[in-house]
Amino acid sequence: MLVGKKESTMDRVNRGLARRYRRERWFRLFGLSAIVTSVCFIGLLFVSIGANGWSAFQQTEILLDIHFDTEQFDVDNLSTANYGALVKNSMQTLFPDVAGRSEKRELSKLVSSGAPYILQKMVMQDTGIIGSSQKIWLPADDEVDMFQKGYILRDVMEGDRRLSDKQIGWIDQLFAEGRLEKKFNSTFFTAGDSREPELAGIRGAVAGSLFTLAVTLVLSFPIGVATAVYLEEFAPRNRWTDLVEVNINNLAAVPSIVFGLLGLAVFLNVFGMPRSAPLVGGLVLTLMTLPTIIIASRASLKSVPPSIREAALGVGASKMQAITHHILPLAMPGMMTGTIIGMAQALGETAPLLMIGMVAFIVDVPTAVTDPATVLPVQIYLWADSPERAFVERTSAAIMVLLAFLISMNAMAVFLRRKFERRW
Amino acid sequence: MYPSFFLLLLLTIASLAYMQGKRRAFSLTGLAAGSSRLHSRPGYYGLLTALWCVLPPLLIFVFWLAISDSLLIAMAMKTLPTSLQNLSLDQTDLLVNNLRNLIAGHVAARDIDPVLEKAAEQYIGLQHISQMALGVVMLVTALFSTFSVYRRICPEMRARNHVERIVQISLVLCSTIAILTTIGIVLSVLFESIRFFQQVPLTDFLFGLKWSPQMAMRADQAGSSGSFGAIPVLAGTFMISGIALAVAVPIGLMSAIYLSEYASSRVRAWAKPIMEILAGVPTVVYGFFAALVVAPFIRESGELFALSVSSESALAAGLVMGVMIIPFVSSLSDDVINAVPQAMRDGSYALGATRSETILRVIVPAALPGIVGGVLLAASRAIGETMIVVMAAGLSANLTANPLQAVTTVTVQIVTLLVGDQEFDSPKTLVAFALGLLLFIITLILNVIALYVVRRYREEYE
Repeated sequence: MLVGKKESTMDRVNRGLARRYRRERWFRLFGLSAIVTSVCFIGLLFVSIGANGWSAFQQTEILLDIHFDTEQFDVDNLSTANYGALVKNSMQTLFPDVAGRSEKRELSKLVSSGAPYILQKMVMQDTGIIGSSQKIWLPADDEVDMFQKGYILRDVMEGDRRLSDKQIGWIDQLFAEGRLEKKFNSTFFTAGDSREPELAGIRGAVAGSLFTLAVTLVLSFPIGVATAVYLEEFAPRNRWTDLVEVNINNLAAVPSIVFGLLGLAVFLNVFGMPRSAPLVGGLVLTLMTLPTIIIASRASLKSVPPSIREAALGVGASKMQAITHHILPLAMPGMMTGTIIGMAQALGETAPLLMIGMVAFIVDVPTAVTDPATVLPVQIYLWADSPERAFVERTSAAIMVLLAFLISMNAMAVFLRRKFERRW
Repeated sequence: MYPSFFLLLLLTIASLAYMQGKRRAFSLTGLAAGSSRLHSRPGYYGLLTALWCVLPPLLIFVFWLAISDSLLIAMAMKTLPTSLQNLSLDQTDLLVNNLRNLIAGHVAARDIDPVLEKAAEQYIGLQHISQMALGVVMLVTALFSTFSVYRRICPEMRARNHVERIVQISLVLCSTIAILTTIGIVLSVLFESIRFFQQVPLTDFLFGLKWSPQMAMRADQAGSSGSFGAIPVLAGTFMISGIALAVAVPIGLMSAIYLSEYASSRVRAWAKPIMEILAGVPTVVYGFFAALVVAPFIRESGELFALSVSSESALAAGLVMGVMIIPFVSSLSDDVINAVPQAMRDGSYALGATRSETILRVIVPAALPGIVGGVLLAASRAIGETMIVVMAAGLSANLTANPLQAVTTVTVQIVTLLVGDQEFDSPKTLVAFALGLLLFIITLILNVIALYVVRRYREEYE
């Protein structure tokens, strides 16, 4: 009677069941944690950028009583008058007991070195203010700004921080008198780049980005759509079209910096185009985004049902008429979605633009596609390299602006897809 | 600006030509009703006229753009005294550069050489004349070709076929741009690389163990000859990419599996867009994040364990790069996992396998070629990634296996060698193109294999 002793298959299965279920739970947990990790990382990225960057939208300003002394303007050219002295004098009158050369210099360092230019602009606009006294809010130096925002700590050793004890005393006094206030940092949106953090803004970079994107869009959308139409509707199946297809798929995966090398060697060295110009940047980015647009456009052309094509041909349209009158309009939303995604890629691209010299330090806001310019991501890269503490928050703020642009572009793509998506 | 004005003028004339052509076609139908029916719709006659108005002048314009500058420079150089004309090639180049700077107005007034100044004036004068001539020629051709087409408009003219032919030719031309781009990349990188390999032997570059791309000003200077061994740079590239893949492959694959096999549709609707955000963040932002948050964090936690961690450690750059390619791995694996036929899952469940057993023993082996293809594509992306490593990895080429030390990568070296002003005859600049060629070849091989594997895999289950 040994038969009863032999364990049945069910017993063997049941014995292992608990272990197998445990494994199942662990596996599932592992999968969930992979997703949670990615989500956490996004959260960390956004939170750290936001925490670093929000304070850049405010800038400390100092209220000074500027006396536009007539003696100072006793010169031939008003723009060469000593505006720096006006700022210094008004600081002196606020702190009359400051004496000595080095102390005076420390005192005048509290105001931004761009303040004289602001006064100059005021005088050039309205010469009537010469001789009068005015209460003017002027930007404080970036170190004062950092101190007010709590990035420079009071209780570190004097030698270890960028502000001396005396300077902190003056700042406290100014603050107590209500002459020191954090205000909305409009300079950040209206100025070009600068070596002084308190005078630096993103307007030049944003304008450069817009010019570059405009060139990219004007070139890549028609060329991309034309290529997709040719490959999808006209091209015979032969070696040549196979080659084009393989090429496009491969170009989509070529590192972006290689496109920069192409731009440097061909557009700059062979064609002699200007360095740092949005025109060249746009050309390079066009070559880079073309594969994205072509692939998306082809997918969208493919999704138009053949019955539409055949109906058009059936009522006597030529092939070209069937395409331009019927297929293209139906495929257009998909093509536009692909184009917007390609443009978003181009907007965030940095590496190829470094190669064609768009990293130069450019103060002026560009006004044409051939002006030297930089773009927003490159500006972020340049500021991230700057040693001043105040540039860290400005870099983060510029990233916030860039991400806002990108998110709204992607949201537009999603909206287009939802609105016009058609299932046949 | 003259040329852009001409283009605007051309567009205006073209729209006039369109209207005239269309009107003429209409008037032809009116002439003898019934007897002369137009071959095409009237709009096509207008379109044909407009196209003929725009295309020939445009060709002339492109031709002018291509040759005018070099022609004008040559003519301006002719005005220089003969002593300056018979210089060696290098010196002529220098002279031409000076001339160009003068023309662009980049030179301070006091250093101007009167002879060159005359040449520059000559250039500017000639440029003026050539722009005027261009305008006249473009205008005349536009009017002439428009008029000749306009005169030939008659009911039998096959306007639609003509227009469609022109459009189709332009479609073909557009599709060759992809090919031209590839040829351009290969030629531009190859050309400069060959110049580099004329100065530094290929074997030194491929097998050299020391990388310090400095060229000395004088021959007797310390460290006078740079060494261009690419091995340390490549090793650094592969280490950082390896770390990135070690992060991205498990996380990306597991999230793809979870999303496609376990998650409810509500979770999927939330999680997928979030992964897409990860893919949409520009790399410069990741680079900033790596340098600002991750690298200091790793250094401080290394100090807790008494490890010396470089502030530009390979680990920091690799980790962040890994996060960057997670969505890449996950969306590619998601595609291939979804392509596995449902029947295979059902068969496995019917035999009593749990979900995880089905996934690990049936789905993943079936999807493996596709997954491998995706991983290869991700690897090529990691190798070619630039901004994260430029901002978070180092510049010094250490040949080390320690991820806590600073290493450098191919892309970092290309950027540091080529940003700023360059001289295009020193190996220091040319080596960047050799590195570019290396990068292009490596990623090309990875891409071709990956695309082939993915395509074969798709065919298998279709």
